[in-house]
Amino acid sequence: MSERLREKLNILADAAKYDVSCSSSGGNRKNDNKGLGDSHASGICHTYTEDGRCVSLLKILLTNHCIFDCAYCVSRKSNDITRAAFTVEEVVELTMNFYRRNYIEGLFLSSGIFKNADFTMERLLRVVKKLRLEERFNGYIHLKTIPGASEELIREAGMYADRMSINLEMPTESGLKLLAPEKTHQQVTQPLGFIKNQIVQFKEERKIIKSTPKFVSAGQSTQMVIGATPETDKEIMQTAALFYKDFSLKRVYYSGYIPISYDNRLPMIGSQPPLIRENRLYQTDWLMRFYGFHVNELLNDANPHLDIDIDPKLSWALRNLQHFPVDINVAAYKVILRIPGIGVTSAKKIVQARKFGKLRIDQLKKIGVAYNRAKYFIKCADSPYQLKDYQGSQIKSFIQAESQSKYLKYDTSQLILF
Amino acid sequence: MYNYVFDGSFEGLLCAVFNWFERKPGQVKLQTEATFQPDAFMPCLQIVNEREKADRVWRGLQSKLSKASLRKFYCTYLSELEEGYTALFEFACYLFAEGPAIENNYGNPYVLALSKIAKKVEREKHRMEAFIRFQHNADGIFYCGIDPDFNVLPLILTLFKNRYADQQWIIYDLKRDYGLFYDLSKVEEINIDFKQQPKTTGIANPIVSAKENLYALLWKDYFKSTNIQARKNTKLHVQHVPKRYWKYLTEKQFEQDQPEF
Repeated sequence: MSERLREKLNILADAAKYDVSCSSSGGNRKNDNKGLGDSHASGICHTYTEDGRCVSLLKILLTNHCIFDCAYCVSRKSNDITRAAFTVEEVVELTMNFYRRNYIEGLFLSSGIFKNADFTMERLLRVVKKLRLEERFNGYIHLKTIPGASEELIREAGMYADRMSINLEMPTESGLKLLAPEKTHQQVTQPLGFIKNQIVQFKEERKIIKSTPKFVSAGQSTQMVIGATPETDKEIMQTAALFYKDFSLKRVYYSGYIPISYDNRLPMIGSQPPLIRENRLYQTDWLMRFYGFHVNELLNDANPHLDIDIDPKLSWALRNLQHFPVDINVAAYKVILRIPGIGVTSAKKIVQARKFGKLRIDQLKKIGVAYNRAKYFIKCADSPYQLKDYQGSQIKSFIQAESQSKYLKYDTSQLILF
Repeated sequence: MYNYVFDGSFEGLLCAVFNWFERKPGQVKLQTEATFQPDAFMPCLQIVNEREKADRVWRGLQSKLSKASLRKFYCTYLSELEEGYTALFEFACYLFAEGPAIENNYGNPYVLALSKIAKKVEREKHRMEAFIRFQHNADGIFYCGIDPDFNVLPLILTLFKNRYADQQWIIYDLKRDYGLFYDLSKVEEINIDFKQQPKTTGIANPIVSAKENLYALLWKDYFKSTNIQARKNTKLHVQHVPKRYWKYLTEKQFEQDQPEF
């Protein structure tokens, strides 16, 4: 019995690992029924795998049987792999017992599509219902929306799940057509739109009737596979920006494609996953969400790709030297945020601290500003007087010469693959 | 210049602040009894703990500081660091002398130190919330022993109490020799004498429950199969899970040796 369970867990955790969503934040389910679990606003990463990704949820598929044949997916119909399926009770047992030992924050449940969308969605719903109603589980539940499932099922699932997500997979419609001819972007946008409207509706209702149940309180997210098809960074980030805007998504995840197939439409097995590119895309994503950058400032027709050797904020600053140097003792918070080497925390501290007197270099360093990087872009109380105006390329080489970037060894820019 | 010597308690620290305003001795050096070395050229003053004075200072802090700063103040105290005590003392004197506006003056070394030490403590608190691994014992209690860098048990109490409301648990700080025990209704502070192994209480019974080993094994399996080999990044892994915490983690124990706690 336990041997079979181990085997299933191995197969179905392995199949679910390419879904990168890991966040357990934003849930606000309180333990008011003296049950198990209480959502923590900021989420907790309970451990990290050896590839450095966080493990906060028990991330498994209900089954890896699938009727679809998407070239980028490890569970595709034509792939010769061991198939397995959990029973509803097994998933509930695993979740409860892992949670009791403080191994996880909750459950991330996805599934291959067996029979049809409604049948699959109904199974997923049974798991979350049992957890919430019978086991009084108040931990975090991230549930996949199955494209094509009926709205009644999605609506009911939303009452029990904290977050729901549905993957866009390919950043452009043409990419998706190439690798998954049976799927379209419309299949994704329709449920995303439905859930978004439901969230708004439930929120409105709660303003009037306090006892309105929660509905997907941690919002929705999606994921795009990077590097499987020849999209530019510009296309990827513009799609992301559009989805943030249209569907009020909490997160868009970017997953560097890990070669898993000998299909000649895809990168070969053994080729390196595009980790640096993925990193740069996440940095851009952060700049859009927390630093007030518009996607077109970072990526446009003149710069369709992000620089590999420097981060996107620095590369924006070097292209726009007319905005610098910024006097950090007078500049607005929004302007300070745009200086390379200054993050959100330091920017807030600077704005607070300068009320008490002009800030000096040593204070900036102590506050946590990466001064060696920021010094080309700022003026403070004791900045040395500088006669020379440096070119962007000069500043870049100064910064690169001093920095200990983990990417310096990949200094050569990547050749165009397609 | 004076040496102020206090007993290391929160009350003692607050009394030292009271004393400074009472006597106005100029610059002082705050030290704890445990580490105090007498100095031939500096007079020394032993701080006497008085509940009333401490309360008065605490009320003053409460009225002058925001909730966030008060939390920082308390966290810095829990760090148990000498420089933390100094920062708290100087910060409190600075606050009472200059008024509540200074709480965010990060240009001041003590305000910044307070914020930095508090951050360290909060980080350790968050790590404990993440890395505690309960072991289900035969007596039905979920047990975990820890030895955190800072005294974070008071900070993690609420989270565990809210979260594990339907199971009995013990979190024991082996370094400071006290623990928390939740008995399904309230959390109590406990002390366990590990040498005596009292038979009556059955606390910290090394015999685990029947299913414990199965779930520990399943968790290890899960940890292995969720890893993507092609993305291996040991540096990042160790950065997120520093090696000194591995002894807590079920997934980092090898098959033959069971966790000691």
